[in-house]
Amino acid sequence: MSGERATLALRVVPPAVLGFGRGRRLIERNLLVARRTWWVPLSGIAEPVFYLLSIGIGIGKLVTSIPGPHHSLIPYAPYVAPALLASSAMNGAVYECTFNVYFKLKYAKIYDAVLATPMGAADVARGEVVYAMLRGTAYAAIFVVMMAALGDIRSAWAVFALPAAVMIGLAFSAVGMAATTYMRGWTDFDMVQLALLPMFLFSTTFYPLSTYPRWLQVVVELTPLYHGVSLTRSLTLGYVGVGDVGHAAYLVAMGAVGLAVASRRIRTLLLR
Amino acid sequence: MPGEPLIYGRGLVKQFGTVRAVDSIDFAVERGEAFGFLGPNGAGKSSTMRMIACVSPRTSGDLSVLGLDPDRDGARIRGRIGVVPQEDSLDLELTVRENLYVYGRYFDLPRSELRPRIEQLLRFAQLTERGDDRVEPLSGGMKRRLTIARSLINEPELLLLDEPTTGLDPQARHALWDRLYRLKSQGVTLVLTTHYMDEAEQLCDRLVVMDRGTVAAEGSPQGLIGRYCTREVVELRFGPGESERHADKVADIPERIEVLPDRLLLYTDQGDATVEAVQRRALAPVSVLVRRATLEDVFLRLTGRQLVD
Amino acid sequence: MATPPALRATQYFLLAYRRTWRASIMSTFVSPLLYLLAMGVGLGSFVNKGGGAASLGHMGYLQFVAPGLAAANAATAAAGESTFPVMGGIKWTRTYFAMLATPLRVVDVLAGHLTWIGARVAMAVAPYLIVMAAFGVTPSPEAAAVLPAGILVGMAFSTPLVAFAATQDNDGSFSLVFRLGMIPLFLFSGVFFPVSVLPVGLRVIAYATPLWHGVELCRLLTLGRLGAASAAVHAGYLVALAVVGAVIASRTYTRRLRT
Repeated sequence: MSGERATLALRVVPPAVLGFGRGRRLIERNLLVARRTWWVPLSGIAEPVFYLLSIGIGIGKLVTSIPGPHHSLIPYAPYVAPALLASSAMNGAVYECTFNVYFKLKYAKIYDAVLATPMGAADVARGEVVYAMLRGTAYAAIFVVMMAALGDIRSAWAVFALPAAVMIGLAFSAVGMAATTYMRGWTDFDMVQLALLPMFLFSTTFYPLSTYPRWLQVVVELTPLYHGVSLTRSLTLGYVGVGDVGHAAYLVAMGAVGLAVASRRIRTLLLR
Repeated sequence: MPGEPLIYGRGLVKQFGTVRAVDSIDFAVERGEAFGFLGPNGAGKSSTMRMIACVSPRTSGDLSVLGLDPDRDGARIRGRIGVVPQEDSLDLELTVRENLYVYGRYFDLPRSELRPRIEQLLRFAQLTERGDDRVEPLSGGMKRRLTIARSLINEPELLLLDEPTTGLDPQARHALWDRLYRLKSQGVTLVLTTHYMDEAEQLCDRLVVMDRGTVAAEGSPQGLIGRYCTREVVELRFGPGESERHADKVADIPERIEVLPDRLLLYTDQGDATVEAVQRRALAPVSVLVRRATLEDVFLRLTGRQLVD
Repeated sequence: MATPPALRATQYFLLAYRRTWRASIMSTFVSPLLYLLAMGVGLGSFVNKGGGAASLGHMGYLQFVAPGLAAANAATAAAGESTFPVMGGIKWTRTYFAMLATPLRVVDVLAGHLTWIGARVAMAVAPYLIVMAAFGVTPSPEAAAVLPAGILVGMAFSTPLVAFAATQDNDGSFSLVFRLGMIPLFLFSGVFFPVSVLPVGLRVIAYATPLWHGVELCRLLTLGRLGAASAAVHAGYLVALAVVGAVIASRTYTRRLRT
């Protein structure tokens, strides 16, 4: 049998249930580290919550209402809150899978040790991506509770906002991890900022697509965060439609491609 | 299967782009022996070790480890061997004990089995008192001992050590050698790379000298000295740049002479007689030293004195 | 004439920056432009359409938000340059110790680094001025003074932070400084909305923060409405903070570096 080839295929194609297999050993390692400095990851939730409060008690006073999905008119805070949920899922995932993974890859040499054991490159990729997802899910859960407390949730569909945030986390952590394997030095991380900041500011986070000229609308519609924002907004505002299936599919496909590239790249980087 | 070597390489090649790091080498390591790869930097030692450790696919040739093919059964082989890499790859964010625990989990070892084994390995590495300390502040010797302890977490049949004592002080080196003897006496097969000749003489039953990706010589330390060198070496030290002037006057005395800027090395089987002969020629060296030939002389003979970076 | 000792230390940072300046173009030029477009123009269109303009004192939202962002960017740049690079000088690259092995003294090292941070802050503020001028939201010639005002804001953040950074053993606490310090300051110090809309308790806190004083200073300068009294209050507060920080920093640096 061509064992390694078969397992390679199995390792590269993400299995239906992620994180099962040896990758979970890496999750165990990360949790052990996080346990000691729990306040650092925990403080990561502060940023989106501060944004939420700032919108609610500050900018919300300046912008009274804004056009929402299906020609609705929506108070500003419930409009922005789901977008902040989506972008914080993006930020958390990217942060974990770029800076942290790069540090482990190039400086701490964590994966060199890991790959000397029966674990493989795909186990590393899967372990890190699933860990980032877990962390993102914890943030998203806290955020959704905060939204509910501030009255920014307007539909029972919102229970699906958490899985939606997980999907966003998966998509961005997988692609972030793949991108990290191409980084040559810390200065390359400014490219990450170059990708994240415009998405955060322009993916209909703060105001609707109709604000832009048509050509810019098309550009925005191509970005992954736009799909994440649209999905979470439909769910928490309760305007769920067929389009949301498309948004979800976009995110899942992005995650699958990112994971496959990341596994392959870790292989070529470390198993030379 | 009995009689089959534990590691077996034939025509083994590793190519990086246009560079042949390992250029068709043959070797076999028997179960229970301590086997060394000796060579200057860039000779291909580490590349060979990485292929044996199944973290670097071979370009061509045959390689079998524990009777398995690294290309096909990498994970299975890795599960049964221990690896001490050239640079410690300890997890600095974890404690000493957690390092062993997490590494054991990578091998899928159950917690219940790991707990007693970790304590045993901490004793082995003389780190029991430091078990709950972070790894970062440990001394170089302690880190190295921990890396070796970590490589033993899966009770490997084969231990690969890439320059195990580079950068350690003499006490730490001797402490490490002592641990390695013990492992060997327990039946663990040791494969190591080194460029310390005393280390190779101390530890290795058999070794190959590698140079520019090929095997330059193979044998036991004493056998290599017998084959490639004389029994003794007389070192005549002169002022800087003066040795060359004197070389012709004594060149006929030893079997072989080597001229260094400040020294003449006379390779001979009878050191004292050679010294007497030199003294009759009325030279005035700053100092005269007779010493036993070492593997270092063999090594320099085979791989030359040029610096390799 | 010999280069003053502190500037010799500054030279190191300048040389190191010459290798990485390309990458920092993003944070220095592109992000100000993006923020102004997204918030000032994009969000501004909804503020101006709604009743929001009234609480802004009848100015356009872009006009309101641009000087606030300039001040906030000065503070953020200063915070970034005053934390991780300090830890680098002490622990990672140990540049500080290399400098102290020469005739430089601890105060020279500190002053040299602070000078460099001031230069970096100027680089962070200048693009805002240019972009603001391009958008036509700098009606007053006094607006040019936003540059020194921005540097002052930066130093008010920098000196206390380098003093703190020199006491730390690793960079773990820095992410807390940003997440629990810089981010809420950015969001609640009157950059995006007037502090007057905040509930009274928060409003009092906002008035006490250095960023609010910096934002007010820059905003009044761009509008050409800075009176002597408010200039004295805002600038005085920031100068005091910078000086107190510098005094403490000289102590923490000495304690950390003279071992």
